[in-house]
Amino acid sequence: MSEPRIMLTGMALNEAMDIAMTLDDKVFLLGEDIAEPSGGVYKVTKGLSDKHGLHRVRKTPISEQAIVGAAIGAAIAGYRPVAEIMMMDFLAVCLDQVTNHAAKIRYMSGGQTTVPMVIRTSAGAGMGFGAQHSAMLETFAVHSPGMKVAVPSTPADAKGLLLTAIFDDDPVLFVEQMMMYWDKSYAGEVPVGDVRVPFGKAAIRREGADVTLISYGRQMRDCLAAAELLAADGVSCEVIDLRTLVPWDEAAVMQSVGRTSRAVVVHEAVTRCGFGAELSSRIHEELFGQLSAPVQRVGSANTPVPYASNLEADFIPTVADIVAAVQRTQG
Amino acid sequence: MSDVERPDAPDRDTLLQMFEIQSRIKLCDERFRSMLMSGQIRLIYYSPRGQECISAGWGVHLRQDDYVVTIYRGLHDHLAKGVPLRELWAEFLGRATGTCKGKGGPMHVTHPESGLMVTTGIVGAGIPIANGFGLAAQLSGTDQVTVVNFGDGASNIGAFHEGMNLAAVWKLPVIFVCQNNLYGEHTPMSMSTGVEYISERAASYGMPGVTVDGNDPIATWKVMGEAVARARSGGGPTLVEARTYRFWGHLMGDAMEYMDKAERKAAMAADPVVLYRAWLIDNGHATEAALAEIEEQVTAAIDDAVEFAMNSPQPDASELYTDVFGDDSAAMLKGAAR
Repeated sequence: MSEPRIMLTGMALNEAMDIAMTLDDKVFLLGEDIAEPSGGVYKVTKGLSDKHGLHRVRKTPISEQAIVGAAIGAAIAGYRPVAEIMMMDFLAVCLDQVTNHAAKIRYMSGGQTTVPMVIRTSAGAGMGFGAQHSAMLETFAVHSPGMKVAVPSTPADAKGLLLTAIFDDDPVLFVEQMMMYWDKSYAGEVPVGDVRVPFGKAAIRREGADVTLISYGRQMRDCLAAAELLAADGVSCEVIDLRTLVPWDEAAVMQSVGRTSRAVVVHEAVTRCGFGAELSSRIHEELFGQLSAPVQRVGSANTPVPYASNLEADFIPTVADIVAAVQRTQG
Repeated sequence: MSDVERPDAPDRDTLLQMFEIQSRIKLCDERFRSMLMSGQIRLIYYSPRGQECISAGWGVHLRQDDYVVTIYRGLHDHLAKGVPLRELWAEFLGRATGTCKGKGGPMHVTHPESGLMVTTGIVGAGIPIANGFGLAAQLSGTDQVTVVNFGDGASNIGAFHEGMNLAAVWKLPVIFVCQNNLYGEHTPMSMSTGVEYISERAASYGMPGVTVDGNDPIATWKVMGEAVARARSGGGPTLVEARTYRFWGHLMGDAMEYMDKAERKAAMAADPVVLYRAWLIDNGHATEAALAEIEEQVTAAIDDAVEFAMNSPQPDASELYTDVFGDDSAAMLKGAAR
């Protein structure tokens, strides 16, 4: 048996785009600095322009509306563009194209035109970039009917979900937490070839009986660490990775919480009106009578992302925050 | 137009084709306004009256497989690109038989079969999207061109700048048609725009820019032809500013108190469709009877379209939830469906 193939998240994403471009000549990339010699500010598109050509790995001006607009038009005309918005905060600069056009065009046209495009964007705090280069704004897209949203938590999912996103016939916001790109602690096994991960199918990352932790993205690792600590105290946690927020796997969540009767939702986006609010509401609507405790939410502080490293560390939810939230559901 | 012959005019077929398009636009608009005024129909309506010659001017240069993007004041552009009257009327009235099954409405008419790809309700937003159609044609190696229409107001929004620059950098086969009707919503251009001619802005992107009298169908036809030929042959984009006037304000029901009464009266007295009709007859390109026959045919087609639309049902209630996604994702989101 061969050794498992361990990869970093950035490499797995690169492989997904390489495979997609090799499989289908309608796939192309566009974004700021993505071509060689830079290969993207985070090197995620490294080497792809050398292999597939500058006409398919297109460097753009710093013009987010032009990037997303061009992707939308090309997608309607039959291409499968992958647009990169360098930082998720910059989504605010082109939100009209995302929410008014990419999201709504299928519906407004009565299904005559579709927008099979992906917007890849790097996001999240922890890098010391301050308030305008660190936000998690996935609910912008969740609140725009017509957009799909994926947030991978492992290198294998980063690759498999991105492949699914590229070949999906709807626009997808693909959120990549930049802390995961080249950090070895997030490394993982990645299958060879065109292996896709379906949307709307949650992964049970750990089975448990007393409480269900529901999360996505980089915070999965913190949830698993919290579950390990809590196990030592005799609390058995089930940990669910949503993988995609639109669509999200309601059946898996309700089935699990129905069994454990307790739930904690965790994400890096600020808590107020984060995706956890939707999760918590839905769980209360469906399972109110069966719950042993109110659903608890864990998210970032309801503030802009601070710069100073101590404040930034306090801003992001920690393993201790998750443990404390689980403890609030006990007793 | 004057009563003198124009050596720069196209052949007779093209002249009559432009007249037919202009008549469709004018007569459709008149029907919409009379039905709205009499309360027979109710919808948000942006009259294109006065701007007919511009759409007809590019309309006769385009093939069915060329792309057009337009905005909420788009009826004239829809008709010039050949969107069929029945489906167009049904869409304006929100009927199941409309181009978009009644789910888009007048501000979002889409008919890919005719090449009418996007109608947006957001000022300037079509410009970056038009580049995508141009890019698709460029990547595929076809000679399809894209015409994107917008108003003078759109030239002051960021999407215009981003889109024009990218089109120039990538030499995209896109014709940017600024239908300058001298008003952005309720504000005259002189109070919103720092240049006298929108076409001057093209120089800052390194693309050709030209201003034409958009009420002169021959001059407009010529300028549009040059821009289309440039795009089709790989010569890149052009900004065409076609100066015109909108007869009925921003929106049906607009009191137009911000418009100069004498200015509007003069513009309506110089109705470009009426002048063109007279010019065709005076210069022997068509007889009165031949043009009247075209108008009768258009009127009959509109009668048919109105009847078709009025007798069509509204979309089925189940359509609320269809076309959100291409798969069953919407059904998975039970909570969201409420």
